[in-house]
Amino acid sequence: MLELKNVNAHYGAIQALRDVSIRIDQGEIITLIGANGAGKTTTLMAICGIVPPSSGTITFEGKAIQGQPPDRIVPLGISQVPEGRLIFPELTVIENLNMGAFLRDDKPEIKRDMDYIFDLFPVLAERGTQRGGTLSGGEQQMLAISRALMSRPRLLLLDEPSLGLAPLVIRQIFEIIVKINKERGTTIFLVEQNANLALKTAHRGYVMEVGRITMSDSAQNLLADEGVKKAYLGLT
Amino acid sequence: MEYFLELFFGGLTRGSIYALIALGYTMVYGIIELINFAHGEIYMIGAFTGLIVAGVLTAMGFPALAILAVALVVAVVYCSAYGYTMEKIAYKPLRGANRLSPLISAIGMSIFLQNYVLLAQTPNFLPFPNLIGEFEFMEDYAHILGSANLVIILVTAAAMVALTLFIKYTRMGRAMRATAQNRKMAMLLGVNVDAVISLTFIIGSSLAAIGGVLIACHTGQINITIGFIAGIKAFTAAVLGGVGSIPGAMLGALVLGFTESFATGYISSDYEDVFAFGLLVLILIFRPSGLLGKAPTQKV
Repeated sequence: MLELKNVNAHYGAIQALRDVSIRIDQGEIITLIGANGAGKTTTLMAICGIVPPSSGTITFEGKAIQGQPPDRIVPLGISQVPEGRLIFPELTVIENLNMGAFLRDDKPEIKRDMDYIFDLFPVLAERGTQRGGTLSGGEQQMLAISRALMSRPRLLLLDEPSLGLAPLVIRQIFEIIVKINKERGTTIFLVEQNANLALKTAHRGYVMEVGRITMSDSAQNLLADEGVKKAYLGLT
Repeated sequence: MEYFLELFFGGLTRGSIYALIALGYTMVYGIIELINFAHGEIYMIGAFTGLIVAGVLTAMGFPALAILAVALVVAVVYCSAYGYTMEKIAYKPLRGANRLSPLISAIGMSIFLQNYVLLAQTPNFLPFPNLIGEFEFMEDYAHILGSANLVIILVTAAAMVALTLFIKYTRMGRAMRATAQNRKMAMLLGVNVDAVISLTFIIGSSLAAIGGVLIACHTGQINITIGFIAGIKAFTAAVLGGVGSIPGAMLGALVLGFTESFATGYISSDYEDVFAFGLLVLILIFRPSGLLGKAPTQKV
């Protein structure tokens, strides 16, 4: 479905991605784990067209998308929940959700998706006319995921969804992520620092170190790997 | 009492004009965090455009109010083109540069536009015909509220309402607010940020053009420096209200207009600017982010 081949990306003179190759198949939950500053977020930004790769190819369903602007990539069916959630604080919950559907004009279908989301997260329906900035961290994460769903993505990119949330809320969010994957068949690319949680949720995983993919395997094998255990799971 | 009302409506008129210009400053700042110092020149170009249209149509024998309507439309279109082009030439290439560069570019644009009009037109004051005239039904009240003032207040009110509805209820209006709050996130959702920025400049320039034509009718003369003076005042209004906030710019403009009008009327016209800028100093001391501006907060 999505394939990155030898992708390199730079911020000025600093190289953030080095020959990154990742393959994601339809219906999978794939995770990318790695330390702070490894290039995980840059990978997502490259897919979405915010940080255009300096070389390499990114293909989505057979179509080359590298170097395209985000407003051409979103309608293809790729949507991102960015790190830190980036809720529009002065927009209401409903306005935030409508921004997710910015490039769509099929009103009845948008309404249906909003109903689905209110079903998924009833608390968002209660808070509909409240400003996004007044929500709690967990509610904001739910809103960020919902906003991304409003573009009806076939590939959902999630950047650190567990960041700064209480364990109970994290569990709830991850249950929903799995549910979205199962119910809607949405393919999920999950970037996480919480490697244990990510690998337990995903089917396959990639490990990233200083801009390079250093390992890729099934999530089970990665969980059992001694090197991964030492470096990312805090076990010895 | 009559004197008070006269000053009140005088203040409302000034405030209206300041609001029309201040909105351009505040909207552009809200989206790209740039103080567009060349914005006052757009207002000046609007007045000159109005004068040219008025000259041509008067020679052809059109009635004054029809000329005013055409002058407004032409000035809006012409100034929108200026605003759009200005952003593409002077600011877009500097996006991503440090904040000082576009600011310097804005000052350069301002100097360029003033001198361009100076060469193309004239450095002298030009008389501007009163296209609004005196309405008969206003005759009894003319000493309190002139017809020109009435038109300025009404047109401004209509423009404010239209802008507010646009920002609040349309898809592009929502995209503008979203872009102002978080540009990267707006891009991630597929908003074409370049288009939003262009639209912001077009709306700001249109409002300034309306202001330029209307105030020229009221004061009866224009020259190339009117944009600088009005621009500084409108900028003050935007800061008073909280730069970046649209209702803030409207409120700040009215507060400034009333302050000037009452200070002039009850104290002395020599002190008009002293009170205007004194007020600014007070606001900056006690509410640095402006009347309706928000202190930056961040939730993690």
